[in-house]
Parts: sequence; C-alpha cells; structure tokens
Amino acid sequence: MSSSAVRRTILEQARRAHVGHIGSALSIADLAWALCSRVLAGAGVEDPDRDRFVLSKGHAALAWYAAMNAAGGLPDDLLDTYCGDGSLAGVHPQHAMPGIDFTTGSLGHGLPIGAGAALAARLQSSSRRTFVLMSDAECNEGSVWEAMSFAAHHNLSSLTALIDVNGQQALGYTRDVLDTAPLAERWRGFGWDVHEVDGHNVEAITTTIGGLDMDRGRPHVLVAQTTFGKGVSFMENQIKWHYSPMSDSEFATAMAEVAAAP
Amino acid sequence: MRAAFVRALVEAGERDERIVLLTGDLGYMALEPFADRFPDRFFNVGVAEQNMVGVATGLAEAGFIPYVYSIATFASLRPYEFIRNGPVLHRLPVRIVGVGGGVEYGSNGISHYALEDLAVMRVQPALTVLAPADHRQASTLVAQTVGLPGPIYYRLGKDDVSLVPGLDGRFELGRAELVRQGTDCLMITIGAITVEAVAAADLLEAEGVSCAVLVVSSLRPAPETDIADALLACSTVMTVEAHYTTGGLGSLVAEIATDRGISCRLRRCGFDDQPDTISGSQGYMQDAAGLSAAALARTALQLVAGSNPQGVSPILPA
Repeated sequence: MSSSAVRRTILEQARRAHVGHIGSALSIADLAWALCSRVLAGAGVEDPDRDRFVLSKGHAALAWYAAMNAAGGLPDDLLDTYCGDGSLAGVHPQHAMPGIDFTTGSLGHGLPIGAGAALAARLQSSSRRTFVLMSDAECNEGSVWEAMSFAAHHNLSSLTALIDVNGQQALGYTRDVLDTAPLAERWRGFGWDVHEVDGHNVEAITTTIGGLDMDRGRPHVLVAQTTFGKGVSFMENQIKWHYSPMSDSEFATAMAEVAAAP
Repeated sequence: MRAAFVRALVEAGERDERIVLLTGDLGYMALEPFADRFPDRFFNVGVAEQNMVGVATGLAEAGFIPYVYSIATFASLRPYEFIRNGPVLHRLPVRIVGVGGGVEYGSNGISHYALEDLAVMRVQPALTVLAPADHRQASTLVAQTVGLPGPIYYRLGKDDVSLVPGLDGRFELGRAELVRQGTDCLMITIGAITVEAVAAADLLEAEGVSCAVLVVSSLRPAPETDIADALLACSTVMTVEAHYTTGGLGSLVAEIATDRGISCRLRRCGFDDQPDTISGSQGYMQDAAGLSAAALARTALQLVAGSNPQGVSPILPA
C-alpha cells in the first residue's frame, strides 16, 4: 500500500458519490497516509492512551477515509457508503464513525481541541501524542492564533500541527485572498518548533515527526508544502477543483495518471 | 452566586479529580478558592473564549470535567459555535459558566449584558441549561449536576446575599418549584430576577391580589408538566426574565401552552428592545424594562383587571 492507493480511492469514491473537494483531498493524501500508516499509535478506538488526531480541514475527510482504509482501519463496506444516505462517512468527518476522534468541518476548531487533548495527556501523565491536520487558509481564522498562543505558553510538546500549504482556498489563491505568508515565520514567532517539509514526501514527513521531542519544549508544526490536486495534472493548482465533481472522462484520465505515478 | 458556585466546585473538586476550571481571564475575587486549592487544575487561558471552549472539548474527550468561566455574554455568544460543534455535538461534559445574567453588569453597559444567552442555549438539544434563582439553589444545582452526562450551561447571578422566600435551595432537574401559591395570577420566573417577582407578589397581596410564583431553574430539560399544570390552574400568566422577550422563558411557556392547547393570557415580561439608549445600575435598568417588583405588580394588576373586567381593580402608585 502507498499514497497512490489513497489517491485511487479518493478518485473512485468522489466519482461514485459525485462530490467535490477532490483537489483538497489529493493535496493531503501523502500527509494522511504518513500519519495513518506510520505515525499514529494506539490499536483500538477505545484505548484511552491512543494518539489523538483532529482533521481540522474536515472538508478533506475523503483523504482520511481513504488512508484509514488503505491502512486497514476502515472497512470497504463502510467506505463504500461515502456520502450515501444513512452513512457515517460524510463529506466532513463525524465522531460517530469508529476511528474519528472529533467531528470537524468548521475551520479553526481543530487546533484549540488539539491543545486541550495535549493538555489532557499531560495532566494524565500519558505519553500519547496529538496531531492536528490543518489547511493554510484555515489560518485566516483567529481561533487558530488563540490556540497557537495557548499551546506555546503551556509548552504542549506532545502537540503537532501539520499545515497543508497548498496555497489555495475556496474562491482563490491564498496570496490573493488573504496572504498567509510567511507562514513558517509566523508560527515561529508564536513560539512553535517549526519544520518545513515536502508534504508529498511520505518518508520526509515520517522522519521529521520521528525526530520531534514530544516530551519537553515547544509544540511542533510541520509546514508542509503541497500541490492542490496533486497527482492529477488537470486538477493541480486549479481553483475549480475545490468544489467540482468529475465527469466520466475526467475520472478516466485522472485514474490513468494516478496509476502511472510511482 | 459566584461564591456559592466556587464553594460547590471546590467541594466537588476534593472528591473528583476530573474537575478542572478554565477562565477567560475573569473571576477576580471569585475563583481564588479553587485556584489556590487546586493550582494544577486551574487554567487562566487568557482572553480567548473560543480557544477556551476548544481546549475544554479536548480535555473532556479525555475524561475530564472542565468548567469554563466568563461573564455570561462572553461565555455564551463569543464561543457559541465552538460550544455547538464541541461539547454539544460530541455530548461531552463541558460546563459553560456564565456570570451576570440580564443587566447585572449595570453601568458597564450593553456589551456586558446577557440578554439572549438563554435563547441561543436552549435550542441545542444536547445541552442542559440551568439558571438558579438564588445562591442557595446555585449551591444545590451545581453540586447535583457535577456528574451529569453531556454539556451544561449555567447562568449565574452575581448576588450572593438575596434569597428567594420559600425556595429553600431546592432544585430538581427538569422540574419547576412553586414558591408561592396564588389564584388570581401566575408569575413564571427564571434566574436572579425571581426575587423581584416574589416581592411583586407581596405587593399584590397587599392589594388583595393572589399571585402564584413558579420558579423555572431548569430551562432545558424544561419542566413541561409543571408549567402546563400551573397554566391549567391559573390562566392569567406573566413570564419574568432578565432576557429578551423572544426565545427565552416566555417563548418556552408559549410553546408549552400552544403544544398542549392550553388557553391562557400570557404577558412576557423582559427586554422588548435592546437597551442601548440609556445606561445605569442594574436596578435602574430592570425598572426601565418593567422588571422591578413595583413594575411587575403594576403589570399584574392590569392583566388581572383585563381578565376580570367586572372586578374591582386596585391601582398601585406608579
């Protein structure tokens, strides 16, 4: 299994359900795969000491479902209900689904929740870690900066944010809508331990996380440079693919490109 | 009720290590007993209510019972969506503690008034909404609901002195308390304004008008049967709340009456409009809104006279 399996599942499910958010999901496919397959610890959802995960950019949940599925944490029959009536698997994740710790979908909620989860781990003397996967445009939200201050002030070293820096938001490029640059410097200025990584290099993501000191010091952030729509040439860096679903021919082309990728 | 709340929380904290207290940099001369007794379980998160509720959500998911504290309007409205998408949607035991309902912050002005908190809170199906009428009831209610599953919003008054005669600290979730019998009219009240309603009933008694007072401290779950029974016993009804007249207790009573087909004359007493053209003390602002004891008694007399046009209608001096 690899992130190319995750991409195939994203395309197949998005086509079957005829929904959008495909570009956002492809953007985090490698981050999601790295976390699901190589980082998050804790076997069962009932284990109180499992690592916690918050998909703060909830609109990319399809990538998370696909990664969970590829890692063996989400059965095919549940995945195949994606966006169906009565399904637990909607466009945005809901905690009623096994393996989803927190319901998300409204941007700016994830980091405060993650900070609380990390504080809880400290108070309970647990070595579990907390990961929050966010979007760059999500940093438009003021609550993100509240949580950044809080986590740094309390040295929540078991907390790691991962920012999917694809440079796009719903209606345009972040540099045109509300520029977040220089993102790494901003987080550094708030007292975080900042690591800039290639958000499509699973090895680099995993190695970087493996090198973080989760026991003491500052909270961590991976500022992950990504390409919106990564892996499908006609979707890459195209605003349209925030919302648009695929036609049959677009689906066929996209699947062929993803299958041909290493 | 602040002191009563903190006392109850310290007592609960002695027995239950899951209890943590977060404040948005408010609670001077109020929260110290908890902060001093449990410094490791007390967090001043700074002036950041959204983050405070988010942090509480993360704590509660891991098994803690976080109390988040601020002035009622800051505790309820600023982080409202965080409350909804956090403790409410996840059914986690976060306690939102809002101090100073209605116009209790007096000359601080309208930014500090909580006039719609009960309305926005009571529409959330998974949220318990409680507003004690005095500090004795606050003690009972806080102690009784420590272990309640799911989230709670507490609207606490600032008054740690006044007591509602006949209430004696009683509280039962989903029930109302009849603190005064009466036959001519019925006042249904919530929160700290209840002392004004009971004082109004005293004024009315002196005028020969018998006024019942029913105290609703559990707004959600609502004491539907108790309210319906009271409406059936007396059809001249006033609701009394330091809140806008839409969405809160008055609306609840109207919903119950219509749902059950109970015929009554209902006057919803509270703030009809935003009090943004005047400012003043709590007493002044409440009187201007018709919520002082004298103003409530005058309204009751008009209602009683209207419902019994042939009867003699005594008039209180304005």
